[in-house]
Amino acid sequence: MSTSVERFDERARRGADRVGQTVVRRGELLRHPVYTRVLHWLVAITFILSLLTGFAIYSPWLYPWLTPLFGGGPMTRFLHPWFGVFFDVFFLFQFFNWFVPMSWTKTDSRFVRHVGEYATNKEKLEPEDTGFFNGGQKLYFWAIAASALLFLVTGLFLWFDHVVPRWLVALSYVVHDIAALVMLAGFVVHLYEGTAAQPGTFRSMTSGTVTRAWAWTHHPAWYRDVTGRDPRADYESALRRRDERARAVEAWEREQDARERGLDTGPGGPPPPE
Amino acid sequence: MSEPRMFQIQEISAHPGPVPGRGTQRAVQVAKYIDVTTCIGCKACEVACVEWNDHPFRETTFDNTYQTMASTEWNYWNLIKFSEQERDGNLMWLMRKDQCMHCEDPGCLRACPADGAIVKYENGIVDFQQEHCIGCGYCISGCPFDIPKFKQETKKVYKCTLCSDRVGQGLEPACIKACPTGCLHFGTKDDMVALAQTRSRQLREESGFANAGVYDPQSIGGTHVIYVLHDAARPELYGLPANPTIPPSYTVWKWLAKPAGLLMAMLGIVAVFFHRVTVGPKLPQPETEPPAEPQPDTVEAARKEKP
Repeated sequence: MSTSVERFDERARRGADRVGQTVVRRGELLRHPVYTRVLHWLVAITFILSLLTGFAIYSPWLYPWLTPLFGGGPMTRFLHPWFGVFFDVFFLFQFFNWFVPMSWTKTDSRFVRHVGEYATNKEKLEPEDTGFFNGGQKLYFWAIAASALLFLVTGLFLWFDHVVPRWLVALSYVVHDIAALVMLAGFVVHLYEGTAAQPGTFRSMTSGTVTRAWAWTHHPAWYRDVTGRDPRADYESALRRRDERARAVEAWEREQDARERGLDTGPGGPPPPE
Repeated sequence: MSEPRMFQIQEISAHPGPVPGRGTQRAVQVAKYIDVTTCIGCKACEVACVEWNDHPFRETTFDNTYQTMASTEWNYWNLIKFSEQERDGNLMWLMRKDQCMHCEDPGCLRACPADGAIVKYENGIVDFQQEHCIGCGYCISGCPFDIPKFKQETKKVYKCTLCSDRVGQGLEPACIKACPTGCLHFGTKDDMVALAQTRSRQLREESGFANAGVYDPQSIGGTHVIYVLHDAARPELYGLPANPTIPPSYTVWKWLAKPAGLLMAMLGIVAVFFHRVTVGPKLPQPETEPPAEPQPDTVEAARKEKP
């Protein structure tokens, strides 16, 4: 099965690259091809729509705020399951697309154990064995996979509540809620990590590329795989070059300052022409 | 389907904050009294219900009993359920008028996520307001008596209103009005309970039904429709649950865990915001500008300046 899925994904990626394109400039690396980006945003849009319609029904305190966005209570109720179905369908494609790079390894367990140091920025560079995805991203992926399955099963029970027993509807109600809260927690972190917490990440899902510095900082093992170069060595040399450049700029500025002081014309600005 | 402001409302489904006007009006608790021992299964109450509510007629079903159809429907709120049981080797042909029980703690209202779709009046009547109903069907799973019925075409749920439109005008419900044997009565809950107890005592002492009693299940705070049963110890014989309960999803989970979940979600958003403010972003390394010498913060600097 996995081979036919891989063949399908391969074809899909090639097809998407024929329709759209990813421009990789000098000093950049291709992070996400067109197919992945389109899937990501289809999943994201249907997820946010499901989240908003779902939370309208979830809490009486959100109901009056969120239902007007979707044309009232009955329309919100009507739309929610369909948003959910589309979310699940799109995520299924993303699941197959990412199934392989998301497989869990010892590296990820170590990453999760040391997530505290990662979150507090004690360590500026991620561990050298961090691949295309880190442990946190994989954790989020599998949480979505599990939640999507739970959403689908319990959602169908809630949708077709007249054909399943009463206790099953009542149970599904709780499970659906718990899955939603897990997803929401993950989503808040995902949104933050993808934008404000890690500058340079968001563009990987829009234009599809990242800078080399981003790659050796956040995903060193992936950087090694795609460039064949040592991420730490490249970081060190970039660091050296930067410091040299800074020293050169400083020297130039000092020189410039000295020259200006030599031609000092006082606070009145340049002297009037004679 | 009555006028929403006919009675003072006591509870509103999925309503954020308190109910306006709750407790500002004196209202007697009403109740319907049904004595199954004197019901003759004439179905006058069924007809009266359909007539008063102007329901479109629906086809009946025949399943080798006298029963009009299998269960109540969105346009058939009142149904006599026929049940054949044995007692001391003799046939007991039990007839019970089935309709909304108007629970003191209504499971439908607990389950409902739509603001104002289900209300409970101070007098105990539980009423659906279809204009606010979103058609999710949670009330169906919240009800211990399988009463709310979904109408597919309009995606709304319907059930007995206890003739709140009639009661509001000082009339008794249509089913009560139509009953020819006097097995149905309507009045204050206290009066109906007293009547039911008198009748049960009579059945126990004079008619040989040693287990006769009142069905007013306290597991849901009592109901505003009470039964006198031949055998109150076995309400299952009549198709009634002995201990009707609301699923804990709609009581414990909804009213405790849901606000807790929302609080957690809010704390999460606050947490990432303040993570950005305090810890700050993780930049691609090396950062383009080398960090400056550590700057003393202003308080620290001011302290150092003092002798």
